[in-house]
Amino acid sequence: MKVEDKLALNKFEIDKEVHILVDEKLCQDCDLKPCLYVCPAECYQLRENHVTFSYEGCLECGSCRLACDRLAIRWVYPRGGFGICYQYG
Amino acid sequence: MMDKFDAIVVGAGPAGCAAAYTLAKAGLQVLVCERGKYAGAKNMWGGAFFGPQMFELFPDFAKEAPVERFVNRHTITLLDQEDALTFDFRTPHSPGSHHGFITLRAKFDRWMAEKVEQAGAIVATSLQADDLVREGNFIKGVKAGTEEFPADVVILAEGVNSLLTEKGGLRKPDSAHDMKQGVKEVIRLPKEILEERFQLQGDEGVAMEFLGSCTQGLPGGGFLYTNRDSISLGLVVQLSAVLEKRVKISELLEDFKKHPIIQPLIRKGEMVEYSAHLIPVSGLKMMPRLFSDGILVVGDAAALVLGTGLILEGANFSVASGIAAAKTVIHAKEKGDFSQAALQHYQKLLQGEGTLRDFETFRRAPEFLESERIYAVYPQWACGLARKIFTNDGKPRRNTFQVLRESMKGKVTLGNLISDALKARKAI
Repeated sequence: MKVEDKLALNKFEIDKEVHILVDEKLCQDCDLKPCLYVCPAECYQLRENHVTFSYEGCLECGSCRLACDRLAIRWVYPRGGFGICYQYG
Repeated sequence: MMDKFDAIVVGAGPAGCAAAYTLAKAGLQVLVCERGKYAGAKNMWGGAFFGPQMFELFPDFAKEAPVERFVNRHTITLLDQEDALTFDFRTPHSPGSHHGFITLRAKFDRWMAEKVEQAGAIVATSLQADDLVREGNFIKGVKAGTEEFPADVVILAEGVNSLLTEKGGLRKPDSAHDMKQGVKEVIRLPKEILEERFQLQGDEGVAMEFLGSCTQGLPGGGFLYTNRDSISLGLVVQLSAVLEKRVKISELLEDFKKHPIIQPLIRKGEMVEYSAHLIPVSGLKMMPRLFSDGILVVGDAAALVLGTGLILEGANFSVASGIAAAKTVIHAKEKGDFSQAALQHYQKLLQGEGTLRDFETFRRAPEFLESERIYAVYPQWACGLARKIFTNDGKPRRNTFQVLRESMKGKVTLGNLISDALKARKAI
């Protein structure tokens, strides 16, 4: 089962505001790009050599916060009430 | 709203709720800020709570609380690619048998938060505290967006991503080395099938741990807990190992589900939720300062998680720390002194009632658990040995000791075994 199909089962309150910002300039010459595999929700994808982040499926675990040593990821939580809403947990 | 609270608690998980409940019961004015739409919205765990704390805090706990099942069976399985060797402990469940209970956090935390409200505290959901209010060295409340909420004391129960604890200068930035990454699927299964499959009666439940090939030999393990009519199945892996080996935990989980020992356990189940979380695992080494002027840190934010390989506990320490912090604040309020000299009482309580003593007892465990042999060598070796002992291919049989020595060749030396046994003796 693909991660995106799993995420489709979860309940999210999706905000209009993006909570995690990626500074693409800092990603350009990063060879390792740990964000691409450390995120359990696979929110980071490589599209035409650019790291893109889709915040909608973020599980707010904080893994990417500790993975990026270039500090290209500005990590904060979504605004109160928004983001993942676990029904089971 | 009143102009000042006696205490503000950040986070309505087990630690924050235990603190707020204890404070409210003593008549203090308490505000709990919870960023989730409801308590538990942001929280997940493997599944079991070990320890008597909840029964002590809520006398009718067993009757009232949304417990999925009481653990009466605990297994540890060593995994090779296809084989498995299991230690299976079973005991009759009786009230007060303290083998733990299984819950799902979205229900459990919500129940606790309701108790907090009934005790007289305000639980403000969808309210994210994003900074602290300072007056000199003193913390005097929290900020949420443009609003300020003043209080005599702030209790941080914000969980593993403890951004405010960091902002308050109580902890250094986290490192991937001190964290494990956890993922879980909740898989629904009809109650009758589940009980038959896991040999459970009534409210009995099983807690299963797996070590070895499920993490590709990386530090961590797999877990399975039986809920009332679903299964919690997941993996934890050292975050620094994920980064070094460039593995995706989501892919490890898919492989784990296909393992011959797991597949029949989840067959015909319907996956209903996928969740992820970090776990602070370095114990005393990563523990922040637990208090300062006008502020206390409890639960995961204080890194109160204990893993020894055999024990994996956290929520019990969270609740214990929440109660200890609340008792400290009640004491401080009587004296009208919220300085760090007065709040030092918190640390004394944690030491006195054993929480910090457990961390002291197992202080070497985190380092011991980094040894790759535990995950990459021993499970495979043990399975291989069992396979040899239980296989008869028609050739003349060999003495068991010879089989044992032969199975070690190229995998593990006697020196490794002795050294690890000595380390284990001190660590766990």
